[in-house]
Amino acid sequence: MSASASTSSSNAWPAKMRRVRALVSKEARQTLRDPSSLAIGVVLPLILILLFGYGLSLDIKNVPIAVVIESPTPQAVELAAGFELSAYFRPVSTRSMQPAQRLLLEHRVDGIVVIPADFSRRLAAGDAQVQLIVHGGDANRARITEGYVQGVVGVWAARMAAQGEATPSPLVNVQSRLWFNEANDSSYFLVPGLVVLVMTLIGGLLTAMVMAREWERGTLESLLVTPVRSDEILLGKTLPYFVLALFGFALCVLSAKFLFRVPLRGSVWVLLGASMLYVLIALGIGLLISSWVKNQLVASQLTMLVTFMPAFMLSGFLFDLRSMPTVVRLVTYALPARYYVALLQSVFLAGDVWSVIIPNTLVLAAMAAALALGSRALMRKTLA
Amino acid sequence: MSSLLDTLLRIVALTRKELLAVLKDPRSRMSLLIPPVVQALIFGYAATYDLNHVAYAVLDRDHSAASRQLVASLDGSGVFERVATLQRASDIATLIDARRALLVVQIDSQFERHLLSGQSADVQLIADGRNSNTAGTAIGYFSDMVDEFNTRWDQDHGLAPPPVQLVARAWYNPNLETRWFMIPGMIGTLTLLQTMMLTAMSVAREREQGTFDQLLVTPFRPFEIMAGKAMPSMVIGIIQAGGVLLVAQLWFRIPFVGSYLTLSAGLLLFLLAAVGIGLLLSAVAATMQQAMLYSMLLIMPFSLLSGLTTPISSMPRAVQYLTAINPLSYAIDITRRVYLEGAGLGLLTEDLWPLALIAALTLSVASWMFSHRMQ
Repeated sequence: MSASASTSSSNAWPAKMRRVRALVSKEARQTLRDPSSLAIGVVLPLILILLFGYGLSLDIKNVPIAVVIESPTPQAVELAAGFELSAYFRPVSTRSMQPAQRLLLEHRVDGIVVIPADFSRRLAAGDAQVQLIVHGGDANRARITEGYVQGVVGVWAARMAAQGEATPSPLVNVQSRLWFNEANDSSYFLVPGLVVLVMTLIGGLLTAMVMAREWERGTLESLLVTPVRSDEILLGKTLPYFVLALFGFALCVLSAKFLFRVPLRGSVWVLLGASMLYVLIALGIGLLISSWVKNQLVASQLTMLVTFMPAFMLSGFLFDLRSMPTVVRLVTYALPARYYVALLQSVFLAGDVWSVIIPNTLVLAAMAAALALGSRALMRKTLA
Repeated sequence: MSSLLDTLLRIVALTRKELLAVLKDPRSRMSLLIPPVVQALIFGYAATYDLNHVAYAVLDRDHSAASRQLVASLDGSGVFERVATLQRASDIATLIDARRALLVVQIDSQFERHLLSGQSADVQLIADGRNSNTAGTAIGYFSDMVDEFNTRWDQDHGLAPPPVQLVARAWYNPNLETRWFMIPGMIGTLTLLQTMMLTAMSVAREREQGTFDQLLVTPFRPFEIMAGKAMPSMVIGIIQAGGVLLVAQLWFRIPFVGSYLTLSAGLLLFLLAAVGIGLLLSAVAATMQQAMLYSMLLIMPFSLLSGLTTPISSMPRAVQYLTAINPLSYAIDITRRVYLEGAGLGLLTEDLWPLALIAALTLSVASWMFSHRMQ
C-alpha cells in the first residue's frame, strides 16, 4: 500500500514537472513571439529609466529672480552683484517694484529681491532690511530659493563685517553634513525610486494584461480540460514573465550604476534577492487582478491604479512617509513598494544595513507568500 | 442646414449610446468615477514635501543652559521629535543607518563658553541623505530654529541684532504648503489617464470584436463616428475634473481665486487634446492590447514629466523640449495659475495655443486615418 502510494507519487512528480516544463516552454515561446510582452518587459523599462533618470530632478539652479534696487548706493549695488555672481540665480535688475511684479505674474521670475531706498542709511544704523517675495506656488522650490537668497545676503554681510563696515554678533553656526549623498544630488534617491516604479509597472502589467486576455478569449478554459492542474498553470504563466521582468530589472540597475552614476554601496546579492521577491509580488498582483476582473481594459486600469500610482505617491520614493497623516500612513504599510523603496535606497546609498534589510525583506517575503496562496485559491475557485 | 442638424443628431445619438455602454456596467462605472476622487483625497494628503514630523536625536557635549535652551526650542517646535538622547558619537551611525532619526544634532562642548565670550559657536548637523530633498528641507527647518535662537540670544544679552535682515514673503501660497500646488495640478493629471485610455480602448474594442464594421454600414460618416467616440470621453473627463476640483475646494479648503469660465475653457482644450491623442492611438493600434500598451507608454512620461512633482525648469534642456509636446504640462500650468493666481485668458495664451495645436493636429490626423481605413 505504502509502496504503491510512493510509486504513484514518484510517478506524479516527473509528470508534474513535465507538464510545468511544457507549459513554461509554450508560454516562453508565446512571450517571445508576442511583441507586446517584449515591449513591456524590455523596451518599457529602458525607456522609462532613461527618460526619467535624465528628466526628474529636484535640484534647483539658475533661479530667475528680479532684483529691485530702489536707490543704487554702493552697498546696494554690491549686494545685487552677489546675485549676479551666484550660480544659483539668473537675476534681472529693475529700479522699481512695478516691472518686477509684472515679471512675477508672467512667471518670468520666481521671486523678487527688494533692496529698499533707505537700505544704506539704515545699514549705518544697524537695522537694514532686504525684502524677498517668492512665488509660493511651488512651495518646495520657494523654500529652496529662500535659502539661497539667505545665503547670498549672508555672504555679503560677512564680507561687510570683514571690511569693518558692520559689526558681527555672536551667532550659532550650523554645519550640516548630508550622509550617503554628500553632493546633494537628487538623482541619488530618485533613480533607485524609479527602479521601484518601473518594476511595479512592468511586473503588474505583464501578468494582468496577458491573463486577462486569456480569460477574454476563453483560452484558459481550454487549458482547463487538459490534465494540467491550476497551480501548474499558475507556475507556467508566471515563470517566463518572472525571467522577463528580471531582465528589465538588470537593465534598470545597469543604467542606474553606469549611466546615472548612482553608487551601489550594498551587496548585489541583497539587491537581487529583494528584487526577486518584489517582482514575484508585482506579478502576483497582476495575476490576482486579472483573474478577478477577466477583462483587459479594467485589469490594466486597475493595475495602474493599485500599483503604479500608490508606488509613485505613497512609497516614500518622493514624499516623506512620516509626514503623512496617520490614516494615509496606515495605508502605506499595506503597500509592497514602501518596503522595496526602503530596501533599494539603503542598499544603493548606505550599504548593507541589516537593521533595514531584514525587516523589510521579511515583510516582502510574507507578502509574496500570501499572494501566491491567494492567487492559487482564486484560480481554483474560478475553475470549480 | 438640415444635414448639419442630422449630423448633430447622429453625433448625439452615438454619444448617448457610448455613454450608456460605459456607464451601464457597474464595474466600469465605478472604475471611472471613484478613482479620481479617492486619489485626489489620498494623494492630497500624501503628496507633500512639507515635513511635520522630523525624528531627530541629540548629542549634547556641553550640558549647559544654552545648549539645553536650544534643544528645548526644538522639542517645543511641534515639528522636531526627539527619538534619542545620545552619549557617544558612535551611536550616531546606528541611529541614522536604521532610519530611526532623520537628523542628529551635535552640540560642541565649548558651545556656551563661545557664545558668552562673543565668538561663534558650532552646531554640527548630520542628516540622512537617502532622500536628499527631505533631508534638505529638514536642515532648512533646523536653520530657521537656530536663527530664532540667535535672535533671542541677542535680545536676552543686550546685543545688537544682525545688521541686515531678510524679510521673506510668499505670494499666492503664504504658508508655503505643497498641497496648494499639488492638488490643483492633479485636476489634469487624474483626468488624463482615463480620458485618453477610454477613447483609445473604445475604438480598439469595437475593432477587435468586429462591431466597428457594423458601425461602418450605418449611415454614419467617419467624422461623425469619431466625434461620437470623442464626446463621451470628454464628458467623463469633465465630470472627473469637477470631482477633483470639489475635493480641492470643499475638503482641502484651498481658496479658488480665478474664474471657473477660464478654467473650463483651459480644461476643455486640454481634454480635446487628450481625446485627440487617444483617437490617434486607436487609429494606429490594431488590437486592444496594443492600444493599451501605447497609452501606457505615453501616460508615464506625460505624468512624470509634467511639472507635477518635479519642476520642469530643473530638467535638462533636451527633456524640457520634450515637455513642449506634453498636453499635461500646459494643463497643470493653467489649473495652477487660474486656481492660485486668478490668471485670466490673456496671461494663459502661451499655454492655450499649444493645446489647441496638439488637439487640431491629433484630431485631423486621426480623422484622416479613419476615413482612409474606412474606404
